[in-house]
Amino acid sequence: MQKDKWLFEITPKNNLFDLNLKEVWQYRDLLLLFVKRDVVTLYKQTILGPLWYLIQPLFTSIIFTLVFNNIAGISTGNIPPFLFNLAGVTIWNYFKECLTATSDTFKKNEAIFGKVYFPRVIMPMSIVVSNLLKFGIQIFIFICFYLYYFLNGYAVSPNKFILFFPLLVVAMGMVGLGLGMIISSMVTKYRDLTFLVGFGVQLLMYLSAVMYPLDLMREKLTNLEEGYNYAWVVDFNPIAHLVEFGRYILLNDGSYSNFGMLYTICFTIIIFFLGLLIFNKTEKSFIDTI
Amino acid sequence: MNDVILKVENLSKQYRLGTVGTGTISHDFNRFLAKVRGKEDPYLKIGESNDRSKKGDSEYVWALKDINFEVKRGEVLGIIGKNGAGKSTLLKILSKVTGPTTGAIKSKGRIASLLEVGTGFHPEMTGKENIFLNGAILGMTKKEIAAKLDEIVSFSGCERYIDTPVKRYSSGMKVRLAFAVAAHLEPDILVVDEVLAVGDAEFQKKAIGKMQDISGENGRTVLFVSHNMAAIESLCSRAISLKNGSIKFTGNTNNVVNDYLNDNFFKNRKIEFHDIEYAIGNSNLKIMYAAIENASDKRKNAIIDVNSSINLRLKIINLSKENEIYVGYDLLTTKGEVVFGSGDKFKCKRNALSEIVCHLPPNFLNNNQYQIFIYFHTSNMIELYKNRELLTFEVKDVKREQSYLGKINGLIRPKLKWTINNDQT
Repeated sequence: MQKDKWLFEITPKNNLFDLNLKEVWQYRDLLLLFVKRDVVTLYKQTILGPLWYLIQPLFTSIIFTLVFNNIAGISTGNIPPFLFNLAGVTIWNYFKECLTATSDTFKKNEAIFGKVYFPRVIMPMSIVVSNLLKFGIQIFIFICFYLYYFLNGYAVSPNKFILFFPLLVVAMGMVGLGLGMIISSMVTKYRDLTFLVGFGVQLLMYLSAVMYPLDLMREKLTNLEEGYNYAWVVDFNPIAHLVEFGRYILLNDGSYSNFGMLYTICFTIIIFFLGLLIFNKTEKSFIDTI
Repeated sequence: MNDVILKVENLSKQYRLGTVGTGTISHDFNRFLAKVRGKEDPYLKIGESNDRSKKGDSEYVWALKDINFEVKRGEVLGIIGKNGAGKSTLLKILSKVTGPTTGAIKSKGRIASLLEVGTGFHPEMTGKENIFLNGAILGMTKKEIAAKLDEIVSFSGCERYIDTPVKRYSSGMKVRLAFAVAAHLEPDILVVDEVLAVGDAEFQKKAIGKMQDISGENGRTVLFVSHNMAAIESLCSRAISLKNGSIKFTGNTNNVVNDYLNDNFFKNRKIEFHDIEYAIGNSNLKIMYAAIENASDKRKNAIIDVNSSINLRLKIINLSKENEIYVGYDLLTTKGEVVFGSGDKFKCKRNALSEIVCHLPPNFLNNNQYQIFIYFHTSNMIELYKNRELLTFEVKDVKREQSYLGKINGLIRPKLKWTINNDQT
């Protein structure tokens, strides 16, 4: 009968896998407008504007070079230590920004989420996209230094895998978004996680091969004579693999392992979909618990 | 034609009381165990009806319980109820902001809500940019907004400021702009919550007009929530009144509004206290007794008819340092129109019970529901005490009601002297 043809139903128990991607597609204009909003409004009433994006990675790289390469004496092979660190920091930053900015989605947008409905996932997705701009600026400054060192006779050249660079960026964004969505879902109930994120991300950086070559860390962590092997700390950290792979394709330096790459790809895809599922489940009722 | 566009079936919503924090892990764990064993959520059973004035036993409460109703295409449905009756919860579920605990809502059309205008406005962006952003948040595509941009801008009346950041707008302009965007949405069902409370009189008129257009000419369905009975009566053809999370009455708007007013206002024709501890009032003054009495019919609780004379009797204790007190009251209809105000100065013995009576003549008040707004001043007009709803009462017109004649218009109902002279040539 005609009577039973409903356009949609609102019910309490929905299928866990009902991601409603069609609806997300219908709201694609909103995603673009959020990105535009983020980009347009970011530098309003700042003096240095986008320069802030350059200052942060540059100074971080200088400090890392001072502490880790000059004082601690970590060798970066043929690559100038500053460029080595800048590459690591640039790649790491994109992941970090995606993670931290998406991890408080629900809390930050409580007011708007409490008033109108749109697919909530639009919000973290727009953050990941608008962070691309920031990443673009940082990659640009990296290329400037790259050319500077190249012209000064250093043996820096990209790897043939450079074609995979966009994929690397996508993977970084996906891991950051996936983890961010999981955390933001849990923050609605357990606020403790907000503290953990700020602190945890910093710790994770030290385990993610940002300022040292992955092989060196693996070497130091393994000592078969004394019978310990902590290499798993970096081996099972997908971010370390991504950072190392990024440096591998940008600077043709460091190691590349099939296992590491395969593991990282699987991890990325799993964490992304897990994040989507948890986020999707939370968005129905978070407004009652936040 | 059975053209139901929206159907709500056994809808219930449960909330947890108190702070959400400690204890939730154990509850979550119990829930999880029950789910694994294929049982119902163990905390769903212990909810009780949502009466905020009574202290309940359980931590969980039903903000909505077993709501059932249908809305037909093109209908304007009013939803009324006291604070906490569940109106906003119902709207939140309808607009998908939060999910129901049990039950379902079935819809044949797109629902858009106007819960609060201006959601998502960014102060740094210009009016035009905000129109696009706000429209997209409300579910329009960029193309749809672009097609209506001129219309929206001219409806808002902010043409001159459209390229200025919204942070430079006056609050009234923000509201105008936001309402303009929302009013040009084209959903099948529009949910509106109290938006008309903002803006100046001219804009309110424009907004009500726009809402009438939406439902009338364009044949769209509107769900309208408001405390403003006059707005509900003028806009809606049918209404629902909610009480403590359940539907109390549904039907023709006038009946529902009257029922709601009856339930909430026609309660206390008389208040009496025997102990000064419990009497209403403050440190200046206590009211021990207040009543509307039928002076023509001494029987207790006799119905007040239009031709009864009425006594307003007060027994007060003057605790202030004043010897002279000004006692006055406004008589209002329960819809809020002032019928008259009256008052007088009295020598009022301190710390003793004084009785004050005001006499209202017969054939004066029309049949209606009234409330007494009482106030006490010193002779220098310094306020001692006031109470907006001291007493409420109803005046009936027994004769006319028995003979099925309609109500005579007007706030008052004087018996005037009419004459006729037939011998005019």
